[in-house]
Amino acid sequence: MGEFVDVSLRLLEGFSSSVIIFVFTLIFAIPLGLLIAFCSMSKFAPLRIVSRTIVWVLRGTPLMLQIFVIFYLPGLLKLFVWPAMNTGWAWFDKTISTRLIAALVAFSINYAAYFSEIFRGGIEGVPKGQMEAGEVLGMTKTQIFFKVILMQVIKRIIPPMSNEIITLIKDTSLANVISVLELIFWAQTFMLEGLIWPIFYAGAFYLIFVGALTIFFNWVEKKLSYYKV
Amino acid sequence: MAFLEVKDIYKSFGKTEVLKGVSFELEEGQVLSIIGSSGNGKTTLLRCLNYLEFADSGTVTLDGNVVSDGKILKTLKESQIRENRLHFGLVFQSFNLFPQYTALQNVNLALSLMEKERAKKGMPPLYDKPSMEVAKELLIKVGLEDKMGLYPCQLSGGQCQRVAIARAMALKPKVLCFDEPTSALDPELTGEVLRVIKELKESEGITMIIVTHEMGFAKSVSDQVLFMVDGVVEELGSPEQVFDNPKSEKLQAFLQGLSVKEGK
Ligand SMILES: Nc1ncnc2c1ncn2[C@@H]1O[C@H](COP(=O)(O)OP(=O)(O)O)[C@@H](O)[C@H]1O
Ligand SMILES: [Mg+2]
Repeated sequence: MGEFVDVSLRLLEGFSSSVIIFVFTLIFAIPLGLLIAFCSMSKFAPLRIVSRTIVWVLRGTPLMLQIFVIFYLPGLLKLFVWPAMNTGWAWFDKTISTRLIAALVAFSINYAAYFSEIFRGGIEGVPKGQMEAGEVLGMTKTQIFFKVILMQVIKRIIPPMSNEIITLIKDTSLANVISVLELIFWAQTFMLEGLIWPIFYAGAFYLIFVGALTIFFNWVEKKLSYYKV
Repeated sequence: MAFLEVKDIYKSFGKTEVLKGVSFELEEGQVLSIIGSSGNGKTTLLRCLNYLEFADSGTVTLDGNVVSDGKILKTLKESQIRENRLHFGLVFQSFNLFPQYTALQNVNLALSLMEKERAKKGMPPLYDKPSMEVAKELLIKVGLEDKMGLYPCQLSGGQCQRVAIARAMALKPKVLCFDEPTSALDPELTGEVLRVIKELKESEGITMIIVTHEMGFAKSVSDQVLFMVDGVVEELGSPEQVFDNPKSEKLQAFLQGLSVKEGK
């Protein structure tokens, strides 16, 4: 029983790191993704090309690789000084907070790239006639975006966004590769001590979280089912 | 001087010349029908009048004021275009209702925004009653008093198009354009839409330009009929002239083709 409590506490601690990555990635990646989406749709060709190239690279390489690059490269290049540190190269100095920050940066830009494509698809998928109907009714571009287009975009992107968000909670386990103390990290620690069952226990954490997300997104979809786009 | 004067409108998309000098005049309260086969520039003409496309050259004069001049169109500011475009309304072939709003909200949305903006600028309101009241009255006028709270996906095509007509009327356009308003409808639903348009002419006396393939309707509702071929006005005249005494060979062939198709 003491063992169970001990494992539970450790896994909960790990899971809280996973949830921190999950929450902050969403907070950063959604606005950043929106920004990238608008850049990718820009009429100004250089901006559009740069933006789409970045998206291509971020979606075309493994997230694990990006986590490594962001964690080790600044240190190796001696580029950044973590403001909190007076000596040494911050990201090279393997304190926990810098690991978590590196993971957050990697997750945020990686997920921003995926979100941006979902947003772009959602915006471009709204029929041109909706914009035109607003225009001939004398609405301004801003009014049309917020009063007409936005709700249709939201409805369109909810299914692909819920897929990505469900993937995100499972992807947080990748932070393990730079030794962020997340859920899998702790499960693994117990495994190395010869305890097998905590890894299944860890799985249950993800399952319950994903289950809750699924119920939430189904509820949102149902809320929006009064109209069709 | 006529109420609406459209003069020498040219419009190309890249190398394709779509409108090659279209001119016509229309008196206030009159209805002009535009007929002709597909791909001859009818939609493009209406889109130019509504500033969804910018004509390359040519002028549009409304009530004595030049509202569109191809030479300066591209230099106009967004706000000026918005102001000019309010003289015209457009009812689309595919309705383009806003799916997330009820019939009533569809009619009310742009009007309420407009009234707010006018109040802010110190301009007199378009109507002396709340926009919601106006929207309700317009929906009653098009025979949808019992459908106001329904969403577009709950309405038939004919009902959607009637909502779209009420929505376009709400902003009091001086000229209301229709682009094949019944082409997307099942045959049994075209009647109710055409009836509404006819009633608008009779009760409101609103000036209208209607692109249509419904020849019977065009004949009965129009003061003038314009036959368009390949971006030019091939024939223009009263419905009797155009339908009963067509001069142009192309028009004769077009009408012949239609009556053959209808099995007459
Ligand atoms: N945005 C556009 N870009 C290129 N070509 C266009 C565009 N809009 C219309 N056209 C062309 O213009 C011609 C006339 O089209 P349209 O005005 O829709 O004719 P109608 O309404 O009489 O069928 C067609 O050949 C069409 O392909
Ligand atoms: Mg057309």
